[in-house]
Amino acid sequence: MIELINVAKRFNGHQVLDGLNLTIRDGETMVIIGRSGVGKSVLLKHIIGLMVPDEGQVIVDGQEISRLDSSELASLRLKFGMLFQGAALFDSLTVGENVAFPLREHTQMGEEEIRTRVQECLGLVGLKGIEHLKPAELSGGMRKRAGLARALAISPKVILYDEPTTGVDPVMADAINRLIKELHDRLQVTGVAVTHDMVSAYKIADRIAMLHEGKIIQVGTVNEIRSTSNPTVRQFILGISENGSAGGGG
Amino acid sequence: MENSNVPFLKNPLEKSIRRFVMPMGEGALAFFGYLGSSCTLLWKTWIGFFMLPWGRLIANGALPWRWRALIHDRQWALVIDQMEKVGVASLPLVFLTSLFTGMVLALQTAYQLQKISAELYIGALVVLSMTRELGPVLTALVMAGQVGASITAEIGTMRVTEQIDALQTLATDPIRYLAVPRFAALLLMLPLLTVYADMIGIFGGYLVGVYKLGIGSTLYMNMTWDALRFKDIFTGLFKAFVFAAIIATISCQEGFETTGGAEGVGHSTTLAVVISFILIIAADCFFTALFYFVFP
Repeated sequence: MIELINVAKRFNGHQVLDGLNLTIRDGETMVIIGRSGVGKSVLLKHIIGLMVPDEGQVIVDGQEISRLDSSELASLRLKFGMLFQGAALFDSLTVGENVAFPLREHTQMGEEEIRTRVQECLGLVGLKGIEHLKPAELSGGMRKRAGLARALAISPKVILYDEPTTGVDPVMADAINRLIKELHDRLQVTGVAVTHDMVSAYKIADRIAMLHEGKIIQVGTVNEIRSTSNPTVRQFILGISENGSAGGGG
Repeated sequence: MENSNVPFLKNPLEKSIRRFVMPMGEGALAFFGYLGSSCTLLWKTWIGFFMLPWGRLIANGALPWRWRALIHDRQWALVIDQMEKVGVASLPLVFLTSLFTGMVLALQTAYQLQKISAELYIGALVVLSMTRELGPVLTALVMAGQVGASITAEIGTMRVTEQIDALQTLATDPIRYLAVPRFAALLLMLPLLTVYADMIGIFGGYLVGVYKLGIGSTLYMNMTWDALRFKDIFTGLFKAFVFAAIIATISCQEGFETTGGAEGVGHSTTLAVVISFILIIAADCFFTALFYFVFP
């Protein structure tokens, strides 16, 4: 279970998170929606300890993240996998080496075992046989899936997705959504995704939380969010701009 | 500049004093912040450097038929890879710089020494200038421009494309994985390159002395070796170690602190080279003075 209690974070005098509370249950897929620049990625980085809150607590499996020393934090992070917005593959390594990276760093697996595991993970994301390519040779969608394969390599309990469908075409976005859903159903991993893509949110979420002005203003199941009476949430999910005309909700 | 955040200030004198003092305070804070984070990085890198698996290096490195094992050793592979990028790739540039410096040094001193018929001393002058000063400093400056800039650009790009964050989420310490191998490679290669630069510089002086000024080959080399003391080489190599630590720390620091996309990478790369240059020259001055007073 992941709990965020009264989390606050400021950057250069700008309050990004302001007393935020959120609980993510084991095994569910929680989707955090909100406008661009509202601090969704910042929230995600707090969960995995890349950022430390100015106030409040982030508690993962009963451990408060900001109190852990570096070795405890490292072992906690092995429970997590994270898919970055731009995939963040190491561009000095091939795709295969990228996926093998956490295995080589943190397990005692032999080369043969590692090769099998890498093929298995790349197979899961539908990218078999591209181990030898460099990240620069891949398309955006392939890079995202390779990033997901790397996150899956050490069998994490929690996977964090930062804008999993941004910057890929709708068909690829659907493939990624299906993949996230499948991982959740098959491997029972907890998922936390931040996105502003409502199609994706409806497809993958067990529950949806809306982040607005540093706080979670509503949490609910897909149906609860769809039929919300909260005007801010309604405005966001229907993609209506300030002056009332229909516009870019995606 | 408007002081919009201090609206209660009505007195123009107070306002103008503030306008003058506030940037100084901000500058001082930024300076000490930078100093603090560089020193922290240097400290962590030092610890990482000593924590490298030296036992495995000695066990495998001593026997040539086990070097393959060393190349496949995860930690040492990173260092060896960097040593190639830092050292081997810099050989041509260091060669040209030192050769021409040695030649110019011989020509310029000949210009003066010919007036008092003391061309013989050119050999001594070239070797001392090269080993004590020009070898270490020029090599360090060349390396700061070539290697330091590429370290900052690489780490900075990794920072802005979230690869550093990715390393952390994979429970890998970026300092151990990125900074320590570069630090170790520079610390090992810069002194070696300095020795190389010294030799090429002496060779440059020799070319001018023997083929242009007509000093006998044996005589020139005798004059060179007679003037040289162990201390000259030692102080030069000591400086090279310090310069290596400066280049590695500043380049990694600037890389890790990069923000703001491609423009940010360009900015921090420039800044890394500029700061390294200034610190190298300042450290050179400091250590030259120190050696002058401590070991006269």
